[in-house]
Amino acid sequence: MTMKPLHFYGGVHPRESKMASAAAIVSAPLLATYVVPLQQHIGVPAKPVVAKGDKVLRGQLIGEPGGFISAAVHAPTSGTVKEIATCLGPAGNQSPAVILESDGDDQAAEPMPALDWPNASPDELKKRIADAGIVGMGGAAFPSVVKLSPPPNKTIDTLILNGVECEPCLTADHRLMLEKPEQVITGARITARVLGVKQVIIAIEANKPDAVALLQEKAVGTEVEVRSLRVRYPQGAEKQLIYALTGRKVPSGGLPMDVGCVVQNVGTASAICEAVDDGKPLYERVTTVTGSPLVAPGNWRFRVGTPYVEAIKLAGGVKADPVKIISGGPMMGMAVYSLDIPIMKNCSGILLLAADEVRQYESSPCIRCGRCNDTCPMGMMPGILSVQIEQERFELAEQWHVLDCIECGCCAYGCPAGRPLVQLMRRAKAEVMTARKAKAAKKA
Amino acid sequence: MTAVITLTLIGVLLGLAIALTVRYFGAPADPLVEQIAELMPGANCGACGFAGCNDYVQALVSGKAKPGLCPSQSAEALQKVCELLGLSSDPRVEKAAVVCCSGSDQYAIRRAFYNGVNDCHSAMQVAGGSKGCVYGCLGLGSCARACPFGAIEIQNHLAVVHPELCVGCGKCVTVCPRRIIKLVPRSAPVHVFCSSPEKAPVKRKVCSAACIGCRKCVKAAGENQMFINGFLASVNYENPPSADIVAVCPTQVLRTEAQPAGSETVAAPAATTAP
Repeated sequence: MTMKPLHFYGGVHPRESKMASAAAIVSAPLLATYVVPLQQHIGVPAKPVVAKGDKVLRGQLIGEPGGFISAAVHAPTSGTVKEIATCLGPAGNQSPAVILESDGDDQAAEPMPALDWPNASPDELKKRIADAGIVGMGGAAFPSVVKLSPPPNKTIDTLILNGVECEPCLTADHRLMLEKPEQVITGARITARVLGVKQVIIAIEANKPDAVALLQEKAVGTEVEVRSLRVRYPQGAEKQLIYALTGRKVPSGGLPMDVGCVVQNVGTASAICEAVDDGKPLYERVTTVTGSPLVAPGNWRFRVGTPYVEAIKLAGGVKADPVKIISGGPMMGMAVYSLDIPIMKNCSGILLLAADEVRQYESSPCIRCGRCNDTCPMGMMPGILSVQIEQERFELAEQWHVLDCIECGCCAYGCPAGRPLVQLMRRAKAEVMTARKAKAAKKA
Repeated sequence: MTAVITLTLIGVLLGLAIALTVRYFGAPADPLVEQIAELMPGANCGACGFAGCNDYVQALVSGKAKPGLCPSQSAEALQKVCELLGLSSDPRVEKAAVVCCSGSDQYAIRRAFYNGVNDCHSAMQVAGGSKGCVYGCLGLGSCARACPFGAIEIQNHLAVVHPELCVGCGKCVTVCPRRIIKLVPRSAPVHVFCSSPEKAPVKRKVCSAACIGCRKCVKAAGENQMFINGFLASVNYENPPSADIVAVCPTQVLRTEAQPAGSETVAAPAATTAP
């Protein structure tokens, strides 16, 4: 039975530019120094459990979770802790980090014992996921164990594995699905066991027919269902993906669990499989290094703490001057100003853009064409909102649900007036959050 | 023709009705309100905490507010307001805003090229802005646009207050995302034009016009006039030092408002490194 391609409201279809989709994943060579941030996730930074001068082995715990919403951090290789300092993050923030000097032996620590997942209890599996420091690898880096522990009043009936990779240029998830399909499917089944759900869907966009076919073949005989989706950005945004697959709408301000769904990236599933089957903690991930200025764009399995500059060197260096370097994809990634930023658990790509690919628009007043309303996947009115935000009417913006904005950038992508719509929405979101915090502080 | 006559008649009749209503039912205007309103600057800047000048006057007359909340009112006008209200007037400390940063393009390092929304708050959203110093003025003019009196000018990506135009309403203080604008007594002759609490080597890496915390000013003026907070000198505005003290500051970060930022001694090494 062929299924009609599923879709959601709005969205755009940017040029895909997936130039590294044929490049097989290569393990990155060992470096002399790794800068391992203790905050590679949303929430509280991990607490270092090593001190300066300590010898550590690959996979050894170096940071324990600092709170409920936090994640463990493990050493990417064996060596000596040079110091505990701070490092720059892609958002321009300083985060505590362990500077690790490799001894070149890459000696592994005693792995955690493998679990027999079909018979292990969900709590046992959850503990393993927490111990392995697994976070959402699609970009948000939300600690997986928190996501897999819904409050008892929410019933989860569907697990969606996100292999959509709707961001242009990025190919890391695509390659992972092609090269480790068993891991992805096992990871999905382990996650389903933790949640106790029967319906498991792996969603892949129709521009990756090879991955769809391969996973469909490997999923035969399991509860996992593989579905191909119409190519449309931002299909990989969880609210849009849930709607496209199940027709359920996550309420404003709500979470996927409010409609009985949990969405997880395929990379996370693969990491969960490795943690349960091999006892391997999360200290490396597949990252795409791409862009027209690079000599050899590709996909690498980098250890966390690899500085961006090393990743770019690995891709053959640059043949043209990159004017913009982005952490993540071109639509939602963050422009960075330093190449000392280390690759973290959520870094899906490093993108370099040449001068002719970056255009500076002259922003002009909104012409009320409504194109942004047609493309906004959240059904918002970015154009009208942006006018209010320019006038600093943040309370009105809050009433108009500015916090629902997923910052996908579809509005700004199509704006004929070149307005910085998504930037204005981001500012309003920040202002609304500050105002809410101030209000809460006043009450307390 | 009939239409013209009808409309004229309606106009005259309604006019009469309004005139009679005002004559017999109108509330008498308080002459005090009008007199005080004339002494207000009429900028409706909101610095007094009321919705505008008229709102403040109403509050004054009804005794709900004290005189002297308006920062842009002259001393004489305030005196008159107090006389009209029959209150004794307290001497008021007149304030002015100071942007505590010297990091213009000439002195401050830029770590990135920012070409997004031309607004300091938006720039803060993108990796904390483009200036190397995370405490310095972003120089995109959010304060200048917020100033109702046009007293702030952006010069080489640094906000500069023109004291003669500043009335000390404090709008810029709340709008600045870096929180580096301070309201200080207008009579204070010198200010520290730096806000970075970092250690001197860290600051000097990103700005050649930063306070290096050398304590020379504290030694020269005494602990009761100047003090060091971490690695940053501060003026004690209760008891400010005289303008002569600027001579001791090696980076000219302690200076009068009229004096330009930076000095020969600081700019010189930068010039020699150039080919």
